[in-house]
Amino acid sequence: MATTTATAEDFAGQDRATHYEASQPKTPFWRTTRTYLGVLIIVLWGLLPFYWMVVTSFRDLQFTFDTTPWPTHVTLDNFRTVFETNRGNHFGRALVNSLIIGAVTTVIGLVAGVFAAYALARLDFRGKYVVLGVVLGASMFPGVALVTPLFQLFRNIGWFGTYQALIIPDISFVLPLTIYTLTAFFREMPWELEEAAKIDGATPGQAFRKVILPLAAPGLFTTAILAFIAAWNEFLIASQLSNDRTQPVTVAIASFTGSQPHVEPYTAVMAAGTVVTIPLIVLVLAFQKRIVDGLTAGGVKG
Amino acid sequence: MAVEQTTPTIDDADTEPRKTGRRARPARREQLDPHQSRRAALLIAPTIALLLIVIGYPVARAVWMSFQQDQSLDPATQMFVPGGFAGLDNYKHWLLQQCGDATCAPGTTAAGFWEVVWITVFFAVVSVAIELVLGFWFAIIMNGKFRGRGLLRAAVLVPWAIPTAVTAKLWYFIFAYDGIANHLLGTHIVWFSDKWAARAAIIVSDVWKTTPFMALLILAGLQLISSEIYEAAKVDGASAWQRFTSITLPLVKPALMVALLFRTLDVLRMYDLPAIMTGGGAGDGNDTSTLSILVVQEVRSNFNSAAALSTLTFLFVFLVAFMFIRFLGANVVDDGGRKR
Repeated sequence: MATTTATAEDFAGQDRATHYEASQPKTPFWRTTRTYLGVLIIVLWGLLPFYWMVVTSFRDLQFTFDTTPWPTHVTLDNFRTVFETNRGNHFGRALVNSLIIGAVTTVIGLVAGVFAAYALARLDFRGKYVVLGVVLGASMFPGVALVTPLFQLFRNIGWFGTYQALIIPDISFVLPLTIYTLTAFFREMPWELEEAAKIDGATPGQAFRKVILPLAAPGLFTTAILAFIAAWNEFLIASQLSNDRTQPVTVAIASFTGSQPHVEPYTAVMAAGTVVTIPLIVLVLAFQKRIVDGLTAGGVKG
Repeated sequence: MAVEQTTPTIDDADTEPRKTGRRARPARREQLDPHQSRRAALLIAPTIALLLIVIGYPVARAVWMSFQQDQSLDPATQMFVPGGFAGLDNYKHWLLQQCGDATCAPGTTAAGFWEVVWITVFFAVVSVAIELVLGFWFAIIMNGKFRGRGLLRAAVLVPWAIPTAVTAKLWYFIFAYDGIANHLLGTHIVWFSDKWAARAAIIVSDVWKTTPFMALLILAGLQLISSEIYEAAKVDGASAWQRFTSITLPLVKPALMVALLFRTLDVLRMYDLPAIMTGGGAGDGNDTSTLSILVVQEVRSNFNSAAALSTLTFLFVFLVAFMFIRFLGANVVDDGGRKR
């Protein structure tokens, strides 16, 4: 109750803030303060645990539980430990595996998704809502229901521990994601411009290359990022259907073993987590606006 | 590469310019153009084929397996023979806890079934409720007027972008006995050996990771509401509370329902966090197990009953989705609802 009341007041505040030129000389100081306090809380919410992971990843193993809020006992040892293979960890290989699985899944999802989304966004045909329903149903499908049948099937046909054994189930959630996101993007595209270009004498090929492609590129690109992140983050299916050779990073991190038995190698695991996360953080920093558009357009989580 | 692949399709589509003008609008049924229908069928075909392979076939196989008996050793030949049709035995195994002719002994995976269902629902209700309240609050702040919007957006995307497996390890470290959580709280809780502490740790991790996603979906809904409506309501003398309950809530409801639906289904399928943080245990046996964890445990010992359990899991998830869409009005398919 208390929360919702505060909410209502916030709304009034935001409302007034937007129109203050007309109605009020100045946004009250305490309102501005409250907004920025909220912003600060959200930023800390997002960044603090991540910051703690990075700080720990640079800390000497002996000082794992140091609680100084800034980097202390700085070392790069943890990153070396992560890439060592003498204790049965194959983190470097796992990174390559994740890249391969993510890239192939993304390309398949994007190609099939572009076709389907184009039809769903621009064509009228019978059964459109059935197709949308099927895609939606697929996006709600619990991944665990694939584990049992595929575990047995892949063992029978000798695919256990192959890349296709991981790529095929990943398509089950990446394809619905690409279709939903691309359909939303395609619906928003100003397709009339294509007509205009043709009236101005462009051939269909030119209209596509010079008008449609540049317009569609951001949507395709955003969808590719979302699809890749979704595949990169997959854990459940990979933990059941991969072996040492095809293991992706998520599984490698979950099963990471340290130098001493019965001592959890926290600092090295945090270093591994940092390595896995940094590429995603770079993507997020570079394309945050588009990623947010893509996430909310599709309404399907990656 | 993907972009080049689209070339023929879109070129193709525009060799008939007369139709383009109508395309964006939903046409009435009787006006369907056979050319469009054929082209649509061709474009949709790869997707349907892929979905049949990656979902249709496994599901059919799982359902078939769930009605099979385990293979048994034939005393005459010393060979394993397929068990044949099992009727509903594999389902009774879970729902009625029947192992063979007797009731399943405590400690077996089947005996934990209803407890695990309860825990899964508990995780879903508590996590989603917290995420909803926090996410709404985040969204309202993000909808306000301030500098540094890009920084804020990047910050909320960080928890979303970190792989769940890494999130699990990160919070496992934060909640370690000597970790920062106990340090900051001034407590000495062994988080992962007490069932409620472990559940709380899992919920905190999940809420941290997914509240930003909830907030972004709600924010997209809030941004659709024009400020003129609030102005008008204020002129008419509506209080802040009245404006919230009779303008904000109803108008943001479609976005809210979609966010709720997707998050609820996500938590019902939750696996990564508890599997990595506690292995489904903590305290004893199944204290933090979700349905997904139970399926994975069962796959190791018995395919057929695991198939029955995974079939039950996805029926359960779809039942919840159906109830959301049917009774709570979550509108996920309609064209108009998702416009920005």
